[in-house]
Amino acid sequence: MASTATPRTPDFERHGLSDEQLVAMLRIMILHRTLENRGFALNRQGKIPFASASEGHEAVQAGAAMAFERGKDILVPYYRDLGLDLGIGLTSYEVMLSLFARIDDHSAGRQFPHHYASKKLGLYTISSVIAAQTSHAVGAAYAIKLRKESGRAVLTTFGDGATSEGEWHESVNFAAVHKLPIVFLCENNEWAISTPLSAQMGQPDLYKRAAGYGMPGVVVNGFDPVACYAVTKDAMDRARHGGGPTLIEAKCYRFLSHTTDDDDRSYRTRAEVEERRKEDPVPAFERALLEQGVLTKGSLDELKASILAEANDATDRAEAVPYAPPGDLFTRLYEGPWEPWQ
Amino acid sequence: MAVATSSSQVLNNVEAVRATLYEALKNDDKVVILGEDVGNRGNVFLITKDFVKEFGTERIIDTPIAEASIVGIAVGMAMEGLRPIAEIQFADFIYPAFNQIVGEAAKTRYRSNGEYTCPMVIRTPYGGGVRGALSHSVSVEALFYHVPGLKIVVPSFPADVKGLLNAAIDDPDPVLFLEHKKTYRLIKGEVPDGHYVIPIGKADVKKEGSQLTVVSYGLYVHWALEAANQLEGDGISVEVIDLRSVRPMDKTAILESVRKTRKLLIIHEDNKFGGIGAEISAMVAEEALFDLDAPIRRLAAPDVPAMGYAMPLEEAYMSSPAKMADAMRDMVKF
Ligand SMILES: Cc1ncc(C[n+]2csc(CCOP(=O)(O)OP(=O)(O)O)c2C)c(N)n1
Ligand SMILES: [Mg+2]
Repeated sequence: MASTATPRTPDFERHGLSDEQLVAMLRIMILHRTLENRGFALNRQGKIPFASASEGHEAVQAGAAMAFERGKDILVPYYRDLGLDLGIGLTSYEVMLSLFARIDDHSAGRQFPHHYASKKLGLYTISSVIAAQTSHAVGAAYAIKLRKESGRAVLTTFGDGATSEGEWHESVNFAAVHKLPIVFLCENNEWAISTPLSAQMGQPDLYKRAAGYGMPGVVVNGFDPVACYAVTKDAMDRARHGGGPTLIEAKCYRFLSHTTDDDDRSYRTRAEVEERRKEDPVPAFERALLEQGVLTKGSLDELKASILAEANDATDRAEAVPYAPPGDLFTRLYEGPWEPWQ
Repeated sequence: MAVATSSSQVLNNVEAVRATLYEALKNDDKVVILGEDVGNRGNVFLITKDFVKEFGTERIIDTPIAEASIVGIAVGMAMEGLRPIAEIQFADFIYPAFNQIVGEAAKTRYRSNGEYTCPMVIRTPYGGGVRGALSHSVSVEALFYHVPGLKIVVPSFPADVKGLLNAAIDDPDPVLFLEHKKTYRLIKGEVPDGHYVIPIGKADVKKEGSQLTVVSYGLYVHWALEAANQLEGDGISVEVIDLRSVRPMDKTAILESVRKTRKLLIIHEDNKFGGIGAEISAMVAEEALFDLDAPIRRLAAPDVPAMGYAMPLEEAYMSSPAKMADAMRDMVKF
């Protein structure tokens, strides 16, 4: 939906990032949005049964991914983290395999789209169960600490809704008790499907809870990728070198319905969404990089063309891959042979 | 009466669990134990007493009282290459961890198509007959045995405890290890020295017989044996099978025995509806109905939430060797 309002450009501070790194972040943000839009289009064409999107989360995810050290750190994300997954090295082809649920998808078509699992990337298997991953992240952080592996940390993410789960509390508390190398990053988009923050918690500033656990709590503008990078980097560095856990709250917004199976018109006004759209982080970051001379109109167009070409190629290649055969149902449940009860 | 030999010792079930955990900690740095009061106190049954002195608080972890994350953290540890042994203090308190066991641990390998695995053990004491009241007495196996991806072990002899706990710790997949509280100190037996493994999913014929097959597990195997031995004097020959594992379940052992004796009695402490006996009955009816000379019978707990604390309420819930002997006699006569 095109907005007629004047867009805002956020104040912009580099935090030591090079031009290349800034452009790499923008690339992830645009790619993230492009692939999700592709998912919606495929859904409308009847080619895939389901798609979800995280428009509004691009900045926090691209920023946090930039603070992740590939080959060292562990990412334990949730389902709405495509940008973070792409940012740490997931390819467009893997994304399209997941959307099409093909045999070469990480779960071989067992899981919903965007539920990746890759040891190579340090990306843990994603659960659909809200907040279940936070204790896995804490367990992994415990292993890192037990083995005295300095220089590694775990980054785990979740929505605002997840912070109401008992297990979220249990996990954050345990990490604080043991001063574990972990960063809890909340992508607060103000909605848990149809439930607004005001119905989820008595006060809306999640980061303030950190004090109650005994760890630093940081709040950041989730529409500013560089600020998100900076706070995540700071927290990850602390975690990597014995400084213990941090809770970060990135305030962002969910511009679209929860998934293709949801219609947000039933619970929030168009005026609210329009107003928040003015802060859309993707065009805002484009403008910021143009204004700062990091990109020219020409190089931005080139960037977008290359992203589109990549998405098209990934779509075509993934669509050509077969589904897993029905017999695949019986594979990789246990190690070694097992006899299904029948 | 069990006697120690040069290559075995007489242990009770608590000692068998303790000795096996100790060896595992000693032999593999990746093994950690986490749970409530497992450290300084050494577990409420003293199973891990003094472990913390030898292995340190980093490997013997006293957790906050938070069962969901005790299991969830173990899942994360397992995915990161440790070999966690999580303890749920009493099976009655395992419910908060249901999602982590059923939704996460059991599905880790499957949902990641083998990319991540979850080699972990969840140990928990269960069962009644100890004046444990409504909330320190339950059997939980039927709540979990429905779940592909899990393995569930319920040993009741010290030698089986050791061999199966070793198997559970070595297993590349998650294992729920159920220890019957009443057998902890009551049941003693010879336990071979050294490391050995009993394969998960193999039942054991604890007593051979020709006129009736009794399938049981847990405390009730001991009571069923007592009853069967008593009937032996009256010339009644009963075969007693200890399942030892309820998932995977040893179909072959059950069918072989049933085809020989032509009668089947299933005995368990858990209640009847949807219990382990329901699956065994259905399986035998599907596979061997025409080999049977009598209807299958299940002797199980009444259909109520749990046993009571007051002695008559506990006794009314629990079976007994005498009740078991009556059921066996009836079946043989049929
Ligand atoms: C344990 C559990 N309960 C309910 C659901 C259904 N559900 C899926 S997403 C969602 C809302 C989550 O909101 P939030 O954590 O804020 O994440 P967001 O989708 O907004 O990014 C719910 C209730 C679930 N997946 N898991
Ligand atoms: Mg939300």
